[in-house]
Amino acid sequence: MSTIIEKPEAAAKLAAAPAFNREGLIFEHSKKGRRGYSLPALDVPRRELSDLLPAELRRDTIDDECEVSEVDVIRHFTRLSKLNVSIDAGLYPLGSCTMKHNPRINEEIARIGGFAQSHPMQPEDQVQGNLELLWNLEQSLKEILGMPRVTLQPVAGAHRELTGILMIHKALATGGNARKYILIPDSAHGTNPASANFAGYGIRELKSNSRGTLDLDLLEKQVDEDVAALMITVPNTLGVFEDQITAIAGILHRKGAYLYCDGANLNSFVGIARPGDMGIDVIHSNLHKTFSTPHGGGGPGAGPVGVSERLIPFLPTPTIEKGDDGSFFLDYNHAASIGRVRAFNGNFGVLVRALTYMRSMGPTGLRRVAQLAVLNANYIRARLKAAYHLPYDAPSLHEVVFSDRNQTSRDVHTLDIAKRLMDYGFHPPTIYFPLIVAGALMIEPTETEPKEELDAFCDAMLAIATECEERPELVRSAPHTTPVRRLDEARAARQPILRWKP
Amino acid sequence: MTTPEDSRYAKSHEYVHMEGDIGTIGITDYAQKELGDVVFVELPQVGAQLELGDELGSIESVKAVSELFSPVTGEVIEVNEALADKPELVNTDPYGDGWMVRIRLAARDEVDELMSAEEYEDYTKHESGS
Repeated sequence: MSTIIEKPEAAAKLAAAPAFNREGLIFEHSKKGRRGYSLPALDVPRRELSDLLPAELRRDTIDDECEVSEVDVIRHFTRLSKLNVSIDAGLYPLGSCTMKHNPRINEEIARIGGFAQSHPMQPEDQVQGNLELLWNLEQSLKEILGMPRVTLQPVAGAHRELTGILMIHKALATGGNARKYILIPDSAHGTNPASANFAGYGIRELKSNSRGTLDLDLLEKQVDEDVAALMITVPNTLGVFEDQITAIAGILHRKGAYLYCDGANLNSFVGIARPGDMGIDVIHSNLHKTFSTPHGGGGPGAGPVGVSERLIPFLPTPTIEKGDDGSFFLDYNHAASIGRVRAFNGNFGVLVRALTYMRSMGPTGLRRVAQLAVLNANYIRARLKAAYHLPYDAPSLHEVVFSDRNQTSRDVHTLDIAKRLMDYGFHPPTIYFPLIVAGALMIEPTETEPKEELDAFCDAMLAIATECEERPELVRSAPHTTPVRRLDEARAARQPILRWKP
Repeated sequence: MTTPEDSRYAKSHEYVHMEGDIGTIGITDYAQKELGDVVFVELPQVGAQLELGDELGSIESVKAVSELFSPVTGEVIEVNEALADKPELVNTDPYGDGWMVRIRLAARDEVDELMSAEEYEDYTKHESGS
């Protein structure tokens, strides 16, 4: 029971408005009295709402109720979806994000009734298959990462970082001194210092050397009895592999500190090298990156964390174990555990997709993932390096970072180049990250792009470089072909309009 | 870019303008240009005691969030409340209305360790475009 409020001013505005040059919000399509359903006539005794609900749970009016029909809703969202850019439509070269194709077999397997319709509160004997899947996934990750145990509970990138740091904290605290600081290179993912700080540690930043990697002398000086761990991204955000990683591990271990590896870029060496063999104590992997589960608005994440032998007692509970009789069970009996970090067993549906991917690729296929991811990034690097400045010359793995230094003399900047790419039909790369590169353009093509798509992207980038020389104004005022032109990002951040009002 | 002669400069791009033992601190014209449009400035509480190199606050632009570091040791006696509503002042008038904090210096001679305008301009030439 709702009373419809007349909004004559709003209705008049709507009627007087010219044909929309943009889709507008669903509220702007509202027409008084429209319904998305029609109910049959009431054939039971009528009851007043006031008899059914107490006064504090009722309201007599709804302001700005959105009144639309089914066809209005379908057309509105279909039109919006056509404006959307996605990996299903083309290259999505966001550096650091690994926007790769999500194989459809993952979706098919995740929809099998036994997986999709099971409930996490079901007794263990009814969900043996699900537990077996989790157990198998842990075994696969153990082998891929070279770590003796893995927890599947964390559900996102920063979440698994927090989980890893909490384990390190617990291990050190158990030894009598939790220590105070985490060392983080200036080329790290931004979530690293945030997670370490959230876990209660202070941050000490380490400056990268001219190669974009860690300076061992600097590290040696910085590691003291107050340092709990180093959080390092391998390969780093420049796409450069830390080739001194075992020496780095040695320096930390000699001082009783831990080596935490942000494994978000595992897709560049999966099947080729194993973090466990490098002396790493904690590594996480984003299943929604390396192992092809949807992300970026396409679905929830999953971030398993692998640990070295001495951190096993501190893993989140429950762990998934296989009994002597071959049955699977959840083991809560870990006295030193940091406890749960997530309800139930993480994002189970995502874990199903990841194992499907691993099994459909096989060991050889996963190795090819890394090889092709590196090959594709280096192909782009080779085609673009004459036109765009390459601030770090060290060999790139799965992503390549350029800057706008060749273009700034024409007063054309990274943001302009990114906007202009949209006119050529491409999603722009990550820009202004990593922070150690002024005007960074961070490109990660992933292994799932065919050569034709890479060439089309490179052709567009080269055409833009020429435009920067010959018609810089065209680039500065881009985009020209999108539904809306250059947005005022500063004003959007300074004076955000967070709620529609008539 | 402008670099007033009457202020001193830190490598992390803060300036200090001294009047008596009070230092007015903000970020340089060079820094605001590098950051781009500033959308949010987080400042310390009045009364906070800061050591040289302590985090003074943070500044968010359309490109990134950066930390501000105190170029001197002392007590925060005033913060620029106007930046809460008008962070763009940092872009339009970094040395004037875009100032950030006023600090009563514990040791006046600390500013002598900072760069002069000339030294800072020279420093930024080597920094840019890395």
